[in-house]
Amino acid sequence: MTLDWPTLLPLVFAGLMGLSILIYVVLDGFDLGIGILFSLAEDKEQDTMIAAIGPFWDANETWLVLAVGLLLVAFPVAHGIILTALYIPVFLLLVGLILRGVAFDFRAKVPAGRKHRWNRVFFAGSLIASLAQGYMLGVYVLGLDASFAGMAFGALVALCLAAAYAAMGAAWLIYKTEGELQKKAVKWLRSALVFTVVGMAAVSLATPFASPRIFAKWFVLPDMIYLSPLPILSGILFLWLWRQTFHLPKESDRHAIVPFLTLAGIFALGFAGLAWSFYPFVVPDRLTIWQAASAPESLAIILAGTVVVLPVIVFYSFYAYRVFGGKAGDLTYD
Amino acid sequence: MDPLILSRIQFGANISFHILFPTITIALGWVLLFFKLRYNATSDGAWMRAYFTWVKVFALSFAMGVVTGVTMSFQFGTNWPGYMETVGNVAGPLLAYEILTAFFLEAAFLGIMLFGFRRVSNRIHTLATVLVAGGTTVSAFWIIALNSWMQTPTGFEMRDGVAHAVDWWAIVFNPSMPYRLVHMLLASGLTVSFFIAGLSALRYLQGDRSQSMWKALRTGTFLAAVLIPIQIFAGDQHGLNTLEHQPAKIAAMEANWHTGPNIPLVLFALPDEKAKENRFEITIPDGASLILRHSADGVVPGLDQFEGNHPPVFPVFWGFRIMVGIGLLMLAVSWAATFFLWRRKSLPRPLALLMVPMTVSGWVATLAGWYTTEIGRQPWLVTGVLKTADAVGPVAGSHVALTLAIYLILYAVLLVAFLGVLVHLALKAAKEGDTSPLPGVMNAALSQPAQSER
Repeated sequence: MTLDWPTLLPLVFAGLMGLSILIYVVLDGFDLGIGILFSLAEDKEQDTMIAAIGPFWDANETWLVLAVGLLLVAFPVAHGIILTALYIPVFLLLVGLILRGVAFDFRAKVPAGRKHRWNRVFFAGSLIASLAQGYMLGVYVLGLDASFAGMAFGALVALCLAAAYAAMGAAWLIYKTEGELQKKAVKWLRSALVFTVVGMAAVSLATPFASPRIFAKWFVLPDMIYLSPLPILSGILFLWLWRQTFHLPKESDRHAIVPFLTLAGIFALGFAGLAWSFYPFVVPDRLTIWQAASAPESLAIILAGTVVVLPVIVFYSFYAYRVFGGKAGDLTYD
Repeated sequence: MDPLILSRIQFGANISFHILFPTITIALGWVLLFFKLRYNATSDGAWMRAYFTWVKVFALSFAMGVVTGVTMSFQFGTNWPGYMETVGNVAGPLLAYEILTAFFLEAAFLGIMLFGFRRVSNRIHTLATVLVAGGTTVSAFWIIALNSWMQTPTGFEMRDGVAHAVDWWAIVFNPSMPYRLVHMLLASGLTVSFFIAGLSALRYLQGDRSQSMWKALRTGTFLAAVLIPIQIFAGDQHGLNTLEHQPAKIAAMEANWHTGPNIPLVLFALPDEKAKENRFEITIPDGASLILRHSADGVVPGLDQFEGNHPPVFPVFWGFRIMVGIGLLMLAVSWAATFFLWRRKSLPRPLALLMVPMTVSGWVATLAGWYTTEIGRQPWLVTGVLKTADAVGPVAGSHVALTLAIYLILYAVLLVAFLGVLVHLALKAAKEGDTSPLPGVMNAALSQPAQSER
């Protein structure tokens, strides 16, 4: 492989796209998870839960726009193939995101009697969006398989990703709330973790067995030894987090953010495993990142902008999180 | 049914529903900043009440704009894969810059603008308002650049059927871009001023005579009265630009079937594309020649020049007339209301009654204008480069029809809910008048509010 721009640029953009997908999954994961947990909470708690994500969800969803945008602008051919193959689940994802996003605002502004209606819409939207994402992941992992087995696997991953998001949501609530709701969140986290483990194990096992190419990438020496930290570390983190759920919240609420960071770490490890499995393909076993990439001069001009703007984005995102740091109170416009 | 026509209807429905909300947020951000700066300068609480009433509308419109915008970014791939495959090298960077320079800026500071009032200093809060308003405008800049490039593409070359960028300056500032950008920004300003004036008129009719109502009513009315003549001038210039670069669109807008001098201005007609003539025509002699060429015997291009390659005449002709008609109505209403508010310090009841339905006049005019220019670009998706029919994806018509039906139901429900909430907020504000509690504004950050504070 020669290291010139036409080789490097698609690689850089695949990396950027992967990074924004991961950031999206972690950040909007807790938003969507809290939406799913909405159905288990009481009226008063629901307001606090909204307050825990209200100032952030917009920016979190923007990472999805960036990820799809990068797929669109850097790998236009792949964007077309993947999204036409996933036409219906993409549609469901969009309906879910629309319902979730507008319910956020409507529930706070409609006459009091109609708030319940929008609470239900918020839950339904979050659930639909999570399931659709999981289904898309499952079908993509099997190489955009449209058979019945592929759909069944998609459905399994859909349930598990929704549970994983619920775990993220619960972990975020442990960080952002206190008292009864925080105790409830610990219980939710424990239940959701079980399904998260099942889901990650299912995807990890299905991927190599669905594709001989991926099998060969994982189960050869010495690569197997280099890769072994991924599953082992994930397992250790899972077990540690599971044990933690019996001791939370800690005295004077120390380290309340640790469960969330641990889960984010597990997500990142799982994501790294997926990335290794599929590299260098952007459409599994069909199209590599170089075959699907835009012209180098177009990628170069996007990269120039990205290098300047992305650090600024990260900086002011941190600032926004800091402004709304600490436990969530009521959310008001004044 | 044909996936092409269904995909077009679906994309048209999505983008029509989407544009309603950015049209509000682009200008409303700046109006909110104005309210805020007036408050900072005068310490008059009524300005801040106007701000808090309208910031809720902003939040709701922003959320609607975001979620419908996400839909669009996916639909390029689900319905129009040929678009990015052919012109992705040009469209991609423009979209990427919109996301990087505008979307994140808006989204990150929106939280501080909406909920951070007690958490940051007043100065930072004003700055957040500036950044959000600026972000919406930058976003409009990039997307208008891309849309204008599709209308009047320059600065690229075709290699193996794929467009490659040659001159980015020429791509961004393509011939129709400055005109379309100004036209759209003014349209946003007018939409917002009529929303504010119309809902304030509703408060007025409910008997609300509070300071915050007067302030909002005057702001909306005066802003409309100033913007509408500028818009009429800008629209005329935009039309002349279109005549130069997209004559087929002008021919369809004027329903002019034959090229020649002394072309009349058609006020009313039912264009018949099969017979290539207008039915029930009402015209002003030499009108079109005078408007487009500034002389009675100026030669105006007709549809006969673009046989088989011009847009459908009926929707373009009527879209244009609806837009212009509403523009003239806006002129009459805003100037009449300005006269009464300025000279008589009152608003006659019939005028207030007329202003309430005019709340959505900006929306209707904006949609009519976009239909004119977008249908007017047909049969091209990118003029001279890519036909719409060649960009559609290999998706079954039944899939598109099913999703289209659900989108339409969803959008209808959301539109009703949105307008319902706006009326609810206006009536609530009318009831509270100047009595709603106002938080203190200090020029220092309030430390993290303790739970007990609430």
